[in-house]
Amino acid sequence: MRKYLLRLSLGAAVLGAYHAAAFAAPPAPAPIKVVTTTADLAALAREIGGDRVAVTALANPTQDPHQVDPKPSFIVQVNKADLLIAVGRELEIGWLPSLTTSARNAKVQPGGAGYLDASANVKILEIPTGQITRAMGDVHPQGNPHYWLDPANGRIIARSIKDKLSSMAPSDKPYFEQRYAQFDTKLAAAEKRWDAMLAPYKGAKLVTYHRSWPNFMERWGLNVVGYVEPKPGIPASPSHIIELIEDMKRQNVKLIVMEPYFSPKTPESIAARVGGTVLVLAPSVGAVKEAADYLQLFDYNIGKLAGALKLATGR
Amino acid sequence: MARVRVRVSTGVMLLAGIVAAPALAGAQQPQTAPPAAGAAAPAQVTQVREELERLRLEFEALRRTYDERLQQLERRLTEIGGGPMVLTPPATQTSAPDHQQQTPPPPPPQTDPATPSQAPAQQPAGSSKVFNPDISVNGNFIGAAGRNPFASLSPLQLSEVEAAFQAIVDPYARADFFVAVGPEGAEVEEGYITFTSLPANLLLKAGKLRANFGKMNTLHTHGLPSVDRPLVTANLVGGDEGFADAGLSLSHLINNPVMYLELTGEVFAGLSDVFQSVKRSELVYVGRVRGYHDVNDASNLDLGVSFAYGPSTIDLPPGLLTSIEPAPIIQAAGMNKRMVGVDATFRYRPPSRAIYRRLNVRTELIWSRQEMPEEMFESAFGMYTSAEYQFARRWYIGGRYDRSGRTLDGDAIDTGGSAFLTFWPTEFSQIRGQFRRINFAEGVKANEFLFQFNFTIGAHGAHVF
Repeated sequence: MRKYLLRLSLGAAVLGAYHAAAFAAPPAPAPIKVVTTTADLAALAREIGGDRVAVTALANPTQDPHQVDPKPSFIVQVNKADLLIAVGRELEIGWLPSLTTSARNAKVQPGGAGYLDASANVKILEIPTGQITRAMGDVHPQGNPHYWLDPANGRIIARSIKDKLSSMAPSDKPYFEQRYAQFDTKLAAAEKRWDAMLAPYKGAKLVTYHRSWPNFMERWGLNVVGYVEPKPGIPASPSHIIELIEDMKRQNVKLIVMEPYFSPKTPESIAARVGGTVLVLAPSVGAVKEAADYLQLFDYNIGKLAGALKLATGR
Repeated sequence: MARVRVRVSTGVMLLAGIVAAPALAGAQQPQTAPPAAGAAAPAQVTQVREELERLRLEFEALRRTYDERLQQLERRLTEIGGGPMVLTPPATQTSAPDHQQQTPPPPPPQTDPATPSQAPAQQPAGSSKVFNPDISVNGNFIGAAGRNPFASLSPLQLSEVEAAFQAIVDPYARADFFVAVGPEGAEVEEGYITFTSLPANLLLKAGKLRANFGKMNTLHTHGLPSVDRPLVTANLVGGDEGFADAGLSLSHLINNPVMYLELTGEVFAGLSDVFQSVKRSELVYVGRVRGYHDVNDASNLDLGVSFAYGPSTIDLPPGLLTSIEPAPIIQAAGMNKRMVGVDATFRYRPPSRAIYRRLNVRTELIWSRQEMPEEMFESAFGMYTSAEYQFARRWYIGGRYDRSGRTLDGDAIDTGGSAFLTFWPTEFSQIRGQFRRINFAEGVKANEFLFQFNFTIGAHGAHVF
């Protein structure tokens, strides 16, 4: 009997505890599942979404975002997504369409309620005009897709994400608005810092590997005078390397900026010939561990770049 | 003379009449007014004046409204940095239905004046061209040298031209067409609609498609790592044409925390090189389970088990009809065939070196059991193992081992081996050389050198995975 009473009271206690747990706090709504194609969009989605979103990025930040495999594990991610955010401008043309087709998720199909092309409203550079052919290399007919490397565009992307999330969860709109305002303030303060760091080098000349940095360089008035790739996606030929070396010597250019996913061999041999240096910058959040979020991406890149420009220009 | 004068005078009168008519008409107007006037005239004039005043006010109001709207638009234009307003979705979203394009743009975001942005300069999507499908054309030019008494390859040939037309149909589906033109004529290699918005994690394809039987069968020529397909494809799975048929394919994604798991069920008419049906009621059935798992960021494992069952029409071996000389070719229809396939692929591609290094190792095992007359069965087994390694940005080296029986003679085992080297100038063209050795069951050996130029123009297709 005592055993029975003990069991009963234990059972009641457990039930009571469960009820207390169940009624004490109202059940938190399930976070919006956000899947982004790149880590940069994921970082911005986290800035705005906070704890109301669960964000996953598909492409590895150390990877060339053009060259991603449409892995079935990505299909599973896109299948579960409430919102799919893409860079657009055909950056993901080789892999995203096959993922959305196989995802069995009506929401995230292009044009669907859960699909956001982050390139809407941002400043896009290098939109080709006239006849476009593949003789120009892997050119993007809708302009350069590496636009997230200008913080002004980052702000616009964040705003697009805020508007999208607000339309998906109207009750959380004030929360997203507040997070956006906080991000905007943080970013504005950081921009002043970055502007000051790079101000001495306005007009400084440098060379980049791929055309990944036009928005970044334009933002801070840096002058890209050549590329290691003769055309987007085309590896350098010996004649192009010789021309580039001549050009760099003539214009006294001492700095080559490259992405971590290219081989440093060619840029290093060019740098050695011109007495310059190669600087590997992070084109995406998470490409290096110091660049863990969107602001740190610029902190890292601008810190490195300012240091290298100081050496290269002597200013 | 008199008649002439009459005619001239008539002409002059007519001319005068024509010239005078408008003048007379104009003159008549004020004349018509007075009868309508009279005692009621002042009242009517007031009415007309009032009407005019009302119209003037309406016009003024209208003008004000338009002025305001114009000013609003100008403000918006300045806000977005003077760029053209984006009224259309990006060209990649050609699926957007017409009415979406006509709806007014959403109000532009409030832009911080300190960081002016610029609307993307896009082509206006007013033209119906934006709805044209993505079109690409792939050419496969191959050459062969060396001895092979069984092969039909010409020394040089444009073995296939494949045109692909792909687009989103509507918010619920997309469509893909692949038309292949080869020395034997034009053929729809595949042409199907894919319903992307079904509930319950389902994906439905309907049309002519390559059956989801194994890995090799679903690959198009330009997606192959070598010039040719493995011997087992030639012997058991329909050769170059493969197992492609008119049918329906329904697949389901089973969500689980461990791996990607997909179940596919397909039904076909029986019009392929692998299965042939002569009765409407006799269909071909295909089932496949595919599991995929990321071992880590760089490596993954892809496993599949496939099953196919259906009627086939076979040429009876002359041995069964030894009593008749010369042995006639007799076909037996409705002979059931069962095929089972197992495939495994291991891929390695380190993300930070993805454009320089890649390893794909794949093996596929296929068992076939063909019904023969007099309740007999012929079993055959075939397999291949291949590896492909990218050792530089544009260079791939690979090899393949082949071993396969034949559908109607499982004991006739052909074996072979190949080594291939591929140069990729860009992802739109490949130049490949392959050395191939085959030991045919008949005791004949073939040593060949094959080479290939494969090239694509037009839209950027999906990466082969």
